[in-house]
Amino acid sequence: MPTGLDFFRERPRLAFVLLAGLLLLLPFLVGGGLGNAWVRVLDFILLYVLLALGLNIVVGYAGLLDLGYIAFYALGAYLYAWLASPHFGLHLPFWMVLPLGAALAGLFGVLLGAPTLRLRGDYLAIVTLGFGEIIRIFMNNLNAPFNLTNGPQGMNLIDPVSVAGQSFSSPLRIGELVIPSTYLYYYLFLAMTLLVILVAMRLQDSRIGRAWAALREDEVAAAAMGINTRNVKLLAFAMGATFGGLAGGLFAAFQGFISPESFTLWESILVLCMIVLGGMGNIPGVILGAILLTAIPEALRYIGDLQRAVLGHVVVDPADLRMLLFGVALVAMMLFRPAGLLPSRQRKREFGAQDAVAEQEQADLYDARA
Amino acid sequence: MDIFTQQLINGLVVGSIYALVALGYTMVYGILELINFAHGEVTMIGAMVALSVIGILMGTAPDLPGLMVVVAGLLLAIPACMALAFTIEKIAYRPLRKAPRLAPLITAIGVSIILQNLAMLVWGRQYVSFPAVLPRGQHEILGAHITDLQIVIVVLSLLTMAGLWLLVERTRLGRAMRATAQSREVAELMGVNVDRVISATFVIGAAIAALAGVMVSAYYGLAHYYMGFMLGLKAFSAAVLGGIGNIAGAMLGGLLLGVIEALGAGYIGDLTGGFLGSHYQDVFAFFVLILVLVFRPSGLLGERVANRA
Repeated sequence: MPTGLDFFRERPRLAFVLLAGLLLLLPFLVGGGLGNAWVRVLDFILLYVLLALGLNIVVGYAGLLDLGYIAFYALGAYLYAWLASPHFGLHLPFWMVLPLGAALAGLFGVLLGAPTLRLRGDYLAIVTLGFGEIIRIFMNNLNAPFNLTNGPQGMNLIDPVSVAGQSFSSPLRIGELVIPSTYLYYYLFLAMTLLVILVAMRLQDSRIGRAWAALREDEVAAAAMGINTRNVKLLAFAMGATFGGLAGGLFAAFQGFISPESFTLWESILVLCMIVLGGMGNIPGVILGAILLTAIPEALRYIGDLQRAVLGHVVVDPADLRMLLFGVALVAMMLFRPAGLLPSRQRKREFGAQDAVAEQEQADLYDARA
Repeated sequence: MDIFTQQLINGLVVGSIYALVALGYTMVYGILELINFAHGEVTMIGAMVALSVIGILMGTAPDLPGLMVVVAGLLLAIPACMALAFTIEKIAYRPLRKAPRLAPLITAIGVSIILQNLAMLVWGRQYVSFPAVLPRGQHEILGAHITDLQIVIVVLSLLTMAGLWLLVERTRLGRAMRATAQSREVAELMGVNVDRVISATFVIGAAIAALAGVMVSAYYGLAHYYMGFMLGLKAFSAAVLGGIGNIAGAMLGGLLLGVIEALGAGYIGDLTGGFLGSHYQDVFAFFVLILVLVFRPSGLLGERVANRA
């Protein structure tokens, strides 16, 4: 069946040019059409794409359910704040701090991974969840006796990213053209996201990626095939955590302010939901999930305006309604489209068995897991 | 006053509440291998329903004795939670019984979010306080204080646990539950109505959770739409500590976790030279959880090995 996608599939170069042009012009289109607040949403979408891609390595590729992923994001953000804010009087440049934050998060990924490797799926979920909460509780309380994190107040005045004397927190002027701060961050985040997408794609098709897939499908069989399951799992944890730490550093620089409130369990769950909603293990799916779950809650803010217009006053606070709808969407999604919106080819086959052979295969798969 | 005895008593009281909630986790896990994430929220709903009933009764009939009002609240909260758990299982878990493990876990998280936000819409964001209607006698044991409420909580918990143990070990339904936990297929072949047994498991767990919810809100004097989350996590940790799927383990794990937490919070300041204070109380449950899973993944009383793909 010929579709619009096939048209572009036959003309990859044209598609590439169009997509690149669209991505470059996007902030101007969005900013002009919907207002500058939406460019900020765009920045957050890219941050969440980064996070979701990182978590996708752990959950989607290696099949290790991690519910404490946001802890790595927090570590990256806090390290950035320690090394580039008045808190300790350090002001290192971002190109030094970001890799350090990513490395610290990766190290913690290994530290968390090492003791939990023997656990199976849902136990692992709970341990990682506990780890995430421990990190948050420490961030919340390490303001005394030695003020490390400034407690619940959080840390502010974090240095923005600056390149060649141009700080990203103030608008860039080129002659007549003034490019606001959110636009600059958009391009920075876009570059980072593209880099991470590239790494994720290459990883997926690499020897390691195939080892992860084998591990996900059947750990015993993978070990029998000569895969060192311990090292491969640790690598997945470390890789995912590294991306999380990178995103955290970018978040700190972008916001200029961080507090433990940004790193709750619900953030971890939100990122996990992006992956599940979009299609686990499939990069376009994960990106779609991140876009939808970041943009939809923003759009739902308009429910308040709608109520005011129709009923004259706000009956239900839209912020309250947002999470509720979110929960409903999560349940409905699992019930009606458990493989996600854009499932990877393999998972589509697993879930959508149509012939008898595939059905038997599927039944065996569940038996092996039960 | 002896701090050690006092903290021990406090820990046992809170621990018996953890144990009650942990029973719900462990029963469901034993049969379905599902972490029923929404169980903590069911506990919260139990507390909230009971508080609403108590509030209404106190408004309409202020002459009723306090104990009767609380019992009335409890007696309405229990069926409400049972109906809720029955519905949750039917809508969110049953259709996914053959899906990969991750799917029901995610719906469980979804249900948990839904219940929290519904509770927030109905009962508001503020803490709901538990009216001071219960008798507040105090006794002295070994240099520590123990209140009437604390005694009631511990005794009621122990009675409930004993009742549950009798149900599981001595009745037809209990035998069906144990059979289903061992092997769903074989139990079905033996004529057990597995769907009904699973529903019953959820409903019984919810009834116990309602009791725990009322106790916890009476003990701390307040309830909150978010209270189910931490309580649920700790109860789950307790279930894992005792050996998940094992009913006696959940009871032991709950009591132990309560005591560890209370003693830990009482002594952490001295142990770390004032570096860490009692506000790290919530960390203990997770440290215990991680240590147990690393060194004895099957829990204290569990037999099954945790390492299955």
